[in-house]
Amino acid sequence: MAERLYLYPIWLRIWHGINGILIVILIITGLSLQYSSNEYIRIRFDLAVSLHNISGILLSFNYVFFVIGNFVTGNIRFYILEWKGLADRIFKQSLYYISGMFKGESTPFPVNKDRKFNPLQKVSYIISMYVFVPLVIISGLALLFPEFIIHRVLGFSGIQLTALLHSATGFLISVFLIIHIYICTTGKPVSKNFKSMWTGWHE
Amino acid sequence: MIRYFLIYFLLAMAINAPCSVVADSAEVELPSGFEDNKRCFQCHGQKFYSFENENSGRTERKAMNPNFVYNSQDFYKGVHRNFACTDCHSPDYTTFPHPSELRLEAMYTCLDCHGGDPTYAKFRFEVLDEEFHKSVHSTRHSEDFNCWMCHDPHSYKRMTSGEFKISEIVSYHNATCMECHANSYNFQRISDDIKPELKEIHDFLPNFELHFSAVRCIECHTSKLDTMWVNHNILPKEQAVRNCVECHSTNTILMASLYKYQNLEARKERGFLNSVILNEAYVIGANRNEYLNIISFIIFGLTFVGILVHIILRLMK
Ligand code: HEC
Ligand code: HEC
Ligand code: HEC
Ligand code: HEC
Ligand code: HEC
Ligand code: HEC
Ligand code: HEC
Ligand code: HEM
Repeated sequence: MAERLYLYPIWLRIWHGINGILIVILIITGLSLQYSSNEYIRIRFDLAVSLHNISGILLSFNYVFFVIGNFVTGNIRFYILEWKGLADRIFKQSLYYISGMFKGESTPFPVNKDRKFNPLQKVSYIISMYVFVPLVIISGLALLFPEFIIHRVLGFSGIQLTALLHSATGFLISVFLIIHIYICTTGKPVSKNFKSMWTGWHE
Repeated sequence: MIRYFLIYFLLAMAINAPCSVVADSAEVELPSGFEDNKRCFQCHGQKFYSFENENSGRTERKAMNPNFVYNSQDFYKGVHRNFACTDCHSPDYTTFPHPSELRLEAMYTCLDCHGGDPTYAKFRFEVLDEEFHKSVHSTRHSEDFNCWMCHDPHSYKRMTSGEFKISEIVSYHNATCMECHANSYNFQRISDDIKPELKEIHDFLPNFELHFSAVRCIECHTSKLDTMWVNHNILPKEQAVRNCVECHSTNTILMASLYKYQNLEARKERGFLNSVILNEAYVIGANRNEYLNIISFIIFGLTFVGILVHIILRLMK
């Protein structure tokens, strides 16, 4: 058994827990709004609107907390990309996920104190945390204060485009979430990674 | 350099687009009552008027009753722009001071001129009249409340057709209602009650201003079963639409009312149901782009299938 590593400090676990709960609420209420209807019972529209707005605002604060926390504690170092050979490393990791792991091979990029994430994890976390989440927050805030949105952009309604961006990014985050949770089950045993996220210790 | 200029130009166009409201074509040829009306507008077109006082022999300057002041430009944009004032008012108004018995002059109603006239059949004046007489305004205030209350004889213009932007239609329409419902003075010309604040009554709506600039009051305050473009039967407040999903869903009531004309035209052109609302406003729940829907279902589907296959392979190992 490899050494025990304290990879998930308490502030990160708190952030992550709050983030997860809020994102799930946002996805459920967001879907309920997008597909609102009179015929099927969904979350009551005005309730869904309020829940979605409140969760969105909390998520924004939580996100700021995450970014500041990353810089202050140095956790950001796990998010710095080494461009050289990146494609190779991603290829290797992907190969492991689609074939190596069924052959009982061991992971090509084992966790150590300088490498919390494998290359695929790293890229997907960077994209979701520093591209998708900021986009969804900015577009969401814009929809909350539509008076700041440029009214017409090249013939299209500004609100319309913003809303499109918002729901598309929300959708991508949902896809990320599904894959993220699934990939987390690839630990041995299945519950291993979840336990780490709970206790902070990578076993 | 030129490229930046072009981008700047395009941006400026995009930002200014809403300001370039359609120019009015009415002013090209002079309305037939134009010359006659000049006399009346000399006094009724501004805050102050002057007249020769025959007794003193002097020219006197006085303040006009602000309710009797009309903007001549608005008048000539209205549906009755070709009228002389004296077509509706007594010709005796040409004298000043106006003879006092003119105050008791009976005014025409819309139906006096438009009733039974086949030229105006498409407006269905008789039906509108019937609907209006069922409305709260009419039933509670009988003949004190008549068509002129909303159809200002000196400025009413038609906004009913697909050629106007929905935002223009909405703001013109709602301004008609706000004339009383956001103005205590006008409200109390009809009623002794205190005018309730619109914002407070409608605080169940998030972002009240946005809603009031995007839908007409009558969307919620008339029967949604009636598909008349301008339904005149304002229902008691208990029957007003409060349920968000009436609008925020694919079978939105707005399709049959506010978006009706735009919708019919778009369908003729493209047969694509979503296109109308897509460009005018974003109505959560009603704007669903079919293509994006399909794409997202496919991506979700692939994700789940991928995971399923992966699980099976893991289990087989
Ligand atoms: C010299 C100024 C002057 C001119 C010209 C004038 N008016 Fe007036 N009008 C007044 C004033 C002042 C009042 C309000 C007091 C009154 O009734 O005398 C008034 C009142 C009225 C009223 C409301 C009467 C009431 O009390 O209900 C009508 C209707 C009217 N005018 C129509 C006309 C028409 C139509 C013309 C043109 C043919 C016209 N006026 C030309 C000064 C003028
Ligand atoms: C289509 C018919 C029509 C035309 C044209 C018309 N009026 Fe009137 N006018 C009316 C009616 C109807 C009323 C009464 C409105 C009401 O009861 O609120 C009225 C009322 C008035 C009043 C008194 C307002 C009041 O509150 O009592 C004045 C002043 C007046 N008109 C002036 C004019 C002048 C000046 C013109 C020409 C520029 C003109 N009108 C053209 C129908 C007309
Ligand atoms: C004194 C007679 C008269 C009265 C009263 C009158 N109208 Fe008219 N109205 C006309 C005439 C005549 C025209 C056509 C004017 C033209 O073509 O220039 C017209 C035009 C219109 C039009 C435009 C029709 C079109 O084809 O665009 C509308 C809408 C209208 N009137 C509504 C009303 C309403 C609503 C009322 C009552 C609040 C009313 N009218 C009162 C005579 C009248
Ligand atoms: C509570 C306000 C109100 C009252 C009262 C009212 N109307 Fe209207 N009416 C409107 C508004 C707002 C419109 C839409 C303006 C527009 O776009 O033409 C309209 C539109 C119309 C139109 C044009 C419809 C079309 O399809 O183009 C006619 C005709 C009309 N009204 C007739 C009447 C008649 C007749 C009466 C009286 C029996 C009456 N209205 C009373 C508010 C009112
Ligand atoms: C989204 C739907 C909606 C729209 C749009 C809307 N209303 Fe209402 N309105 C309501 C409902 C629901 C009520 C009943 C509120 C209550 O009884 O608590 C109401 C109540 C009212 C009342 C009754 C106030 C009282 O208590 O006496 C007035 C007047 C009114 N609305 C005017 C307007 C006007 C004017 C507009 C347009 C500028 C408008 N409404 C737009 C839904 C709407
Ligand atoms: C000329 C002034 C005036 C105009 C214009 C006007 N209203 Fe009203 N409205 C009133 C008055 C006065 C009342 C109060 C009725 C009463 O006595 O309860 C009222 C009442 C109402 C109510 C409340 C009914 C209830 O159950 O208490 C609604 C809803 C309403 N108006 C909607 C509208 C809409 C929508 C329009 C525009 C199409 C409009 N009003 C235009 C004067 C006006
Ligand atoms: C009469 C139809 C109608 C009803 C009823 C209605 N809405 Fe809306 N709503 C609209 C329209 C139209 C827009 C789009 C405004 C725009 O983009 O210009 C909108 C926009 C919105 C928005 C988006 C605001 C933003 O920031 O972009 C929210 C949130 C919303 N509605 C919530 C509600 C809730 C909650 C209710 C019920 C209490 C409700 N609406 C009832 C028509 C309606
Ligand atoms: C609610 C369900 C979620 C569960 C069960 C879950 C589970 C986990 C687990 C077990 C880990 C640790 C394993 C690893 O380091 O990869 C982790 C880390 C992480 N998760 Fe999640 N997650 C959830 C939601 C989310 C969401 C919604 C996001 C972002 C939008 C997210 C972003 C992250 C990030 C960035 C890390 C790495 C944190 C770090 O160590 O710096 N998670 N998650």
